[in-house]
Amino acid sequence: MTIDQVIFFGLAAVAVWTAACMLLSGNSVYSALFLVLNFMTVAVFFLLLHAAFIALMQVTVYAGAIMVLFLFVIMLLGAERLETRPSLPWQAPVAVALTVLLLGLMALALLQAPQAASPPVVGPAFGSPTAVGDLLFSEYVLPFEVTSLLLLVAMVGAIVLTRRPKRPEAP
Amino acid sequence: MNVPTSYLIGLSGVLFGMGVLGVLVRRNAIVMFMSVELMLNAANLALITFARQWADVEGQIFVFFIIGVAAAEVAVGLALIVAIFKSKHSIDVDQVSGLRG
Repeated sequence: MTIDQVIFFGLAAVAVWTAACMLLSGNSVYSALFLVLNFMTVAVFFLLLHAAFIALMQVTVYAGAIMVLFLFVIMLLGAERLETRPSLPWQAPVAVALTVLLLGLMALALLQAPQAASPPVVGPAFGSPTAVGDLLFSEYVLPFEVTSLLLLVAMVGAIVLTRRPKRPEAP
Repeated sequence: MNVPTSYLIGLSGVLFGMGVLGVLVRRNAIVMFMSVELMLNAANLALITFARQWADVEGQIFVFFIIGVAAAEVAVGLALIVAIFKSKHSIDVDQVSGLRG
């Protein structure tokens, strides 16, 4: 087993373990923290796949901003331990069976796919902020601006959704 | 990292499957939402892997946009969860059955 394979299987084990802990944990705060660890592990995969800029974005935006928002909402609602009772007793077994079916289909597709050639060697410039930024601000500048508009709309929407209802007018 | 592309796609598939399982099994709206994030992340891993396979940065641009849209989605989704919690005092998705026939 080469050192690369050792790294891959070690990181993959961490990723799958944290995802499983996220699903099984009864406390939402622990779930969120396990998900942060999972995102960090995937960010290391991104680094190893020559996507340095995306890896750092994953850490700052996903593991940083988005998960902090999750933790904030969990603690705002005091929803750490709100466990729910299952209303449909057959739901969990059916869900597990369907997921196993999905995983089996994906494995079948993966095994039947032709073996890809090993990826070409790329230089250190591949996936650097310069390379990504060049493409982002030349060919993809319109989607980039639309994304900023989308974020603005989402922000306004979030404010409108959580606003207190107006008090009735004083007589 | 010099491992076959299929290994990484397999890992991405397993993570996606665990996200599907989370959405189907858990009834806590916040944990379901986190499972959706796990699925998005698995798709990102597949895109980055194929970007490496074809030595093409455009796959990474896709992931950039997915992360941006996911941020917007989380903001609106969590606002909806807060609004539901205010009216129902629960984040159990089974409680949100006001439109049930």
